Amino acid sequence: MKIPFKYIFRSLFTRRLTTAITIVGVALVVFVFVAVLMMANGITQTLVATGSDDNVLIARKAANGEISSIITNDTYGVIAALPQVARDADGKSLITGDLVVIINLEKIGTEGGMSNVTVRGVSTPVFQLRPQTKIVEGRMFSEGAREVIVGSSIARRFEGAQVGNTIRFGGDNWLIVGMFDTGGNGFNSEMWGDVRQLQSAFSREGAYSTVTFHLGSPDQLDAVKAEFERDNRLQEFEVKTEQQFFADLSEFMSIFLSALGIFITSFFSVGAMIGAMITMYAAVANRTVEIGTLRALGFRRRSVLAAFLIESLIISLTGAAIGLFLASFLGFLQVSTLNFGSFSELEFSFALSAEIISAAVVFSLFMGFVGGFLPSIRAARLNIVNALRSA
Amino acid sequence: MKVLKLIWKNSMRHKLRTSLTIFGIAIAVIAFGFLRTVVTAWYAGVEASAANRLVTRNSVSFIFPLPYAYRDRIARIPGVETVSFANWFGGVYIDKNRFFARMAVDAGTILDAYPEFRVSPEQFDAFLKERNACIVGADLARQYGFKIGDIIPMDGDIYPGKWEFVVRAIYQPRDEKIDGTQFFFHWTYLNERMRAEMPGRAGEVGWYIIKIADPADAASISGQIDEMFVNSRAETKTETEAAFQQSFIQGTSLIINLFNFISFVIIGIIMLVLGNTMIMSARERTKEYAVLKTLGFSGQHIVGLIAGESMIISVLAGGLGLLLTYPVVGAFSLVVPKSWFPVFYIEPSTIVLAGTAALLVGIAAAFFPIQRALRTTIVDGLRFVG
Amino acid sequence: MPSIIEVQSVSKSYWRDSFEVPVLNSITLSVPEGEFLGLMGPSGSGKTTLLNLIAGIDKPNGGSITVAGTNIAALSESQLAKWRSTHVGFIFQFYNLLPVLTAYENVELPLLLTSLSKANRRKHVEAALSVVGLSDRMDHYPKQLSGGQEQRVAIARAIATDPTILVADEPTGDLDKHSAEEILTLLERLNKEFKKTIVMVTHDPRAAERAHVVRHLDKGELK
Repeated sequence: MKIPFKYIFRSLFTRRLTTAITIVGVALVVFVFVAVLMMANGITQTLVATGSDDNVLIARKAANGEISSIITNDTYGVIAALPQVARDADGKSLITGDLVVIINLEKIGTEGGMSNVTVRGVSTPVFQLRPQTKIVEGRMFSEGAREVIVGSSIARRFEGAQVGNTIRFGGDNWLIVGMFDTGGNGFNSEMWGDVRQLQSAFSREGAYSTVTFHLGSPDQLDAVKAEFERDNRLQEFEVKTEQQFFADLSEFMSIFLSALGIFITSFFSVGAMIGAMITMYAAVANRTVEIGTLRALGFRRRSVLAAFLIESLIISLTGAAIGLFLASFLGFLQVSTLNFGSFSELEFSFALSAEIISAAVVFSLFMGFVGGFLPSIRAARLNIVNALRSA
Repeated sequence: MKVLKLIWKNSMRHKLRTSLTIFGIAIAVIAFGFLRTVVTAWYAGVEASAANRLVTRNSVSFIFPLPYAYRDRIARIPGVETVSFANWFGGVYIDKNRFFARMAVDAGTILDAYPEFRVSPEQFDAFLKERNACIVGADLARQYGFKIGDIIPMDGDIYPGKWEFVVRAIYQPRDEKIDGTQFFFHWTYLNERMRAEMPGRAGEVGWYIIKIADPADAASISGQIDEMFVNSRAETKTETEAAFQQSFIQGTSLIINLFNFISFVIIGIIMLVLGNTMIMSARERTKEYAVLKTLGFSGQHIVGLIAGESMIISVLAGGLGLLLTYPVVGAFSLVVPKSWFPVFYIEPSTIVLAGTAALLVGIAAAFFPIQRALRTTIVDGLRFVG
Repeated sequence: MPSIIEVQSVSKSYWRDSFEVPVLNSITLSVPEGEFLGLMGPSGSGKTTLLNLIAGIDKPNGGSITVAGTNIAALSESQLAKWRSTHVGFIFQFYNLLPVLTAYENVELPLLLTSLSKANRRKHVEAALSVVGLSDRMDHYPKQLSGGQEQRVAIARAIATDPTILVADEPTGDLDKHSAEEILTLLERLNKEFKKTIVMVTHDPRAAERAHVVRHLDKGELK
């Protein structure tokens, strides 16, 4: 394509207003597209970061999330006896049986309203199993006391959920003695307490929701899975890495948001494409004499086609760059929503990824191509004599 | 109406551009209509609430049960007509993707409490007679091909073990606002099994549904119920059904805000596309507008021409888009399992909103071209070369 | 002198709706190398059409046109494009410079179709601009130039590739008396000094005066 880039670039500036309007249209589409994908990705990232791949988490097979899973003491005993359960330097098994329930708390702020918060009863090895969890204010709860610690997200977002406050649930008052932070994973949106205390408060003695233990090394996972298949006391239960389990909890939300977002965006992206098409048709109409001159000088039809197509692609790529740039600021936002998978509140950040950026670029190239195609064909098909005569 | 004719002819001058504009806007209107439909579907539970129904649940959260013993005590409160109850069963039917609402209910009173679920008396009798009978919604039956007499197996999670139910009745939802994808069976069947297998969990009720005689008593009866159980092991929270449904949506306000934001973006894009076209058209006709002015037409006439053309396009496009939204929503309902969006239809409010938006956009898009036309003097206009 | 342009029994008609409008009726014309030919005639006589055919931007319905030994009427469209880039220099009534390119870049345009390096192209452009006397306006855009200057840039563009023939369609049609003089003097110089064969369509009798030979076209026939 021998037509100089200078010509293509500078021609874009001759109709500044309509070019700008078209670029803004593309930018809006890309912004929404990227924002929705960033939201879905943010939820996934937060949940993927929630577990490690050298911990395994056991839940009941049929369970939809932790709150509907039940593991009795007997089963806990069988699991705790497995040889793959790692031990710490003092010989203590690195295993925790968690009881997961949901309580309602009032949100802080103008929107207010209630939302669901996960309360997790844990055993003391929990900090060794989940080392990203660090107490940043106050102290750990004492075994045997009606005390809890809150994730930093809960302290931030809910009324009365700060260190020193008391929350009433399970027929008793619970003192918040500390706040923990996990560097931004799902546990940040939870409250933790002593599992025995919570079991008794909720009349769930002898039952856990899930059991998590640390593997000596990640390649022992298969051995554990095999054991679960072999032992018929463990038939109804499912083994996953802790990371996999929590990642799966994000699946529904993630797919729901992505699918809906992409479906709707594809629709109104047609609007932006039409805008580009109208702009390009106008560009061709206004430059008919130029096109005739270029053809007379000896430039080929396909060069003319390419030149206009490139012009359209520049418009859409510029729009994409602006949309991406603006969307990237969303990454500074920390937002919170009910996660359908766990039925409770989850704080997350919009997260950009290389895949999302590539998807946006490809999408914008597609828009530019579709919008520019027919007008470029028209430009290429102009008859030289007629084009020159139209002056 | 000569003016309208002139406006129409102006739009038709550049057929390709006008039709592209109408098409582009129509598609965006479809996206808008579809999105609003999703948002209204979100609120379906709230919309379907009855003013004379209250819900009593454990004050800690929805997932904690209430004792069966509360039932009689609630029934004794003056103004209470019927007390029914339900437990969320959950579980898995074949695989986790086949989701629909499954509940154990008080068989004797449930249809009393929910008259919008219509069941024929013979079917209802058959349901009452069998311990593990179930009632399924007509939309659910259609989705999975359930027929009377079919056996439906399930894997319990909250209530572990293998379960089997036999379809004895199919309920018809009263209208399109009502969820037709629910699944009910006998609470007594659930309770029996808990007594045998997990005795600690016998006598558990998920939530109570209370039908009251006079909706005006809602607040006072709610207060009385909660008063009754304060300081007990299971404190209650009683509210109107609408408030109860609303509480489920509150957690998802972020997503609803996202949808609303996208709706605005769509309107913005429509405005840009139409505005772009109007700017181009008005620009091309600068000379003509100058000539019209020399003939004695005033600036106001020109404004009318431009605004008129803009609004004709936006109204045509809006109308076309709205018309086409119906088949798109219809297609979506066919493709997506009904149990995910049990209530999915276009509300009148969506039509009104889209129509108003189309009119406003028509006016707004004409703004810049009108400014320009008013500012250009006759002399400059005559001199204009495209 | 050998003929560089041979037009043999050429006919051309246009279609308007479903009517065939004949424009040229079996024209035969011979242009020797180094000639400065003027074509005159009333509106609709077909003179511009004949020019377009000779320049290879249109094709006849019948007959043949041979330029420098090539029968251009038989070439395909892409062959014609290639042929034009090296054999024809265009000069239009309204200059037809690309408004977003500078004078230098406009003159360089046809050279982009050759395989010359950037440095070589620079040499040709500078030479062409110097011939037309506009070396000091290289970096100006068309809107910064007067009509006469624009036409001179257009002429520089036309000669940049050293083409076989120059075709000019009403080159002074949009110019005032003084600028028109300049352009015509320049064309004469290109013809006398640089031995360029020029075919010029014109209404202007003063322009016709500068040509060696003037032919008249009327109703599609050469007089």
